[in-house]
Amino acid sequence: MIWNEQMECMSRDEMTKLQSERLVRLVKYVYDNVEFYRKRMDENGVKPSDIKGIEDITRLPYTTKDDLRDTYPFGLFAAPRKDIVRIHASSGTTGKATVVGYTQNDIDMWSECVARCMSMANVTNDDIIQVAYGYGLFTGGLGAHYGAERLGAMVVPMSTGNSKKLTTMMVDFGATAIACTPSYLLHLSEVLRDENLLDKIKLKSAICGAEPWTEKMRNEIESRLNITAHDIYGLSEIMGPGVACDCTYHEGLHICEDYFYPEIIDSKTLQPVKDGETGELVFTTLTKEGIPLIRYRTKDLTSITREKCKCGRTSARISRFKGRSDDMLIIRGVNVFPSQVEAALVNVEEVTPHYMMIVDRENNLDTLEIQVEVDTKYYTDEIRGIEKLTKKIATVIQQALGISAKIKLMGPNSLKRSEGKAVHVIDNRKLY
Amino acid sequence: MTVNQLSVFIENRQGRLGEVLKVLKDNDVNILSISLADTTEYGLLRLIVNNPEHGRDVLLEAGFSSMLTEVLIIKVPHVAGALQNILSLIAEKNISIEYMYGLSVESEDASIVMKTNQLDLACSILKSGHIDTMTSQEIASL
Repeated sequence: MIWNEQMECMSRDEMTKLQSERLVRLVKYVYDNVEFYRKRMDENGVKPSDIKGIEDITRLPYTTKDDLRDTYPFGLFAAPRKDIVRIHASSGTTGKATVVGYTQNDIDMWSECVARCMSMANVTNDDIIQVAYGYGLFTGGLGAHYGAERLGAMVVPMSTGNSKKLTTMMVDFGATAIACTPSYLLHLSEVLRDENLLDKIKLKSAICGAEPWTEKMRNEIESRLNITAHDIYGLSEIMGPGVACDCTYHEGLHICEDYFYPEIIDSKTLQPVKDGETGELVFTTLTKEGIPLIRYRTKDLTSITREKCKCGRTSARISRFKGRSDDMLIIRGVNVFPSQVEAALVNVEEVTPHYMMIVDRENNLDTLEIQVEVDTKYYTDEIRGIEKLTKKIATVIQQALGISAKIKLMGPNSLKRSEGKAVHVIDNRKLY
Repeated sequence: MTVNQLSVFIENRQGRLGEVLKVLKDNDVNILSISLADTTEYGLLRLIVNNPEHGRDVLLEAGFSSMLTEVLIIKVPHVAGALQNILSLIAEKNISIEYMYGLSVESEDASIVMKTNQLDLACSILKSGHIDTMTSQEIASL
């Protein structure tokens, strides 16, 4: 079912016209309200009046995660403090989080987008949906929650952390839909199997996101649980989950194009690439008020098609993600940059700057092991001393990343030194 | 009297212990006693050797985390209750034993290697209790 036929099935000409109007208004709005953009545009010699339509977007400067870091916490906010009704935050590349703010209109727009996405997954107001993303600063929980309420579904705000309670309620309530990370859903399928509950559930549909996953994982989830699983995409800088989602046909993720203008660029030359070619996904938030972003580089690699989908929607679709143009990892749905680990370890005098992150998946749950070399003068011959140090490092890492990691102390020079660019990550999950 | 123990941190990985022993062998360091405290992740190898300073240096050079630790080597007569007597002397003074292992040499007495907190106090208690400890010279000549 299509939630908003007018917007989702609009002709290309009408969409271009709408996007053009919105871009012109947006550029004036950020120029007037955000010093950062005013300076950037002035430096680039672009005036708001130069932007007459969507085709002029290439004249505008890009925005990156570093820009958010440099203006931490509220430097890119365009709306006055009294109009901001909510804050979310995600991992920054180093110690500081990336903070985003929403006006009431932004929250309404976000709920609308999530409602569209859940409709693509055939969730309706007849459904009982368990939201098993984390509730809090992470956009997943509250984003899915508000969208499902907008849809009129019965929302069960599970959050994360208690699989047993979740599966019990899934059976007792007769939940028909779930929103969570795909790896967690695979894990849940095992819990259900082990408790012999698989034939007692009424689940039909899953809206999975917050981490990359493969077609193989989708097939696995669908066959184990006898449901359809949909891929929802989003990032907090742009909004949160609901920027795009795939429909029944699973031929790419439909972008809520009336709100988010997509471009695909070559990460090196920064020039746009043709439809169908792989490049970095860039978004401009056409209507956002709290923290509108112009040409935000997501670092996610994908390709785009603007052909009409079999489902009837005309919105542009992005393909499954093919990787990232930076070194960001998504572990248990949390964005993790190796530079965060590096910044955290600098504060632990007992260790050398050499470290290695090993990411894997055990029982469908992500695991992170961090190997660190201990400075020779800090070794002790007592187990207690070693364990104390391990615990100290684990605490520092947990605080820095927001997820726990297994710490493994290594002898001096036991981690490989690379001659070129240092390799700090071994990811055994094969997500792309 | 304390003696220097050679301590080596090793990650639990196949062949790692053998590599340490090979370095010692190639450098003529004779092992008199060995204890390995292990967890799932790593092991702490504790060695009494004839020349601990040399042992530490060659291991460091070969890339191992090795260090010297002061321990007591206490002679324990071959009679029932001998070890218990020694331990109760130490316990009376609230000294904690961090770890302990045996040292076997061909002589009438057995010996134990012991690491405690407050080593100096432990030494003087043993002395006043007329309990013999071994010196570095004795160890080197074994």
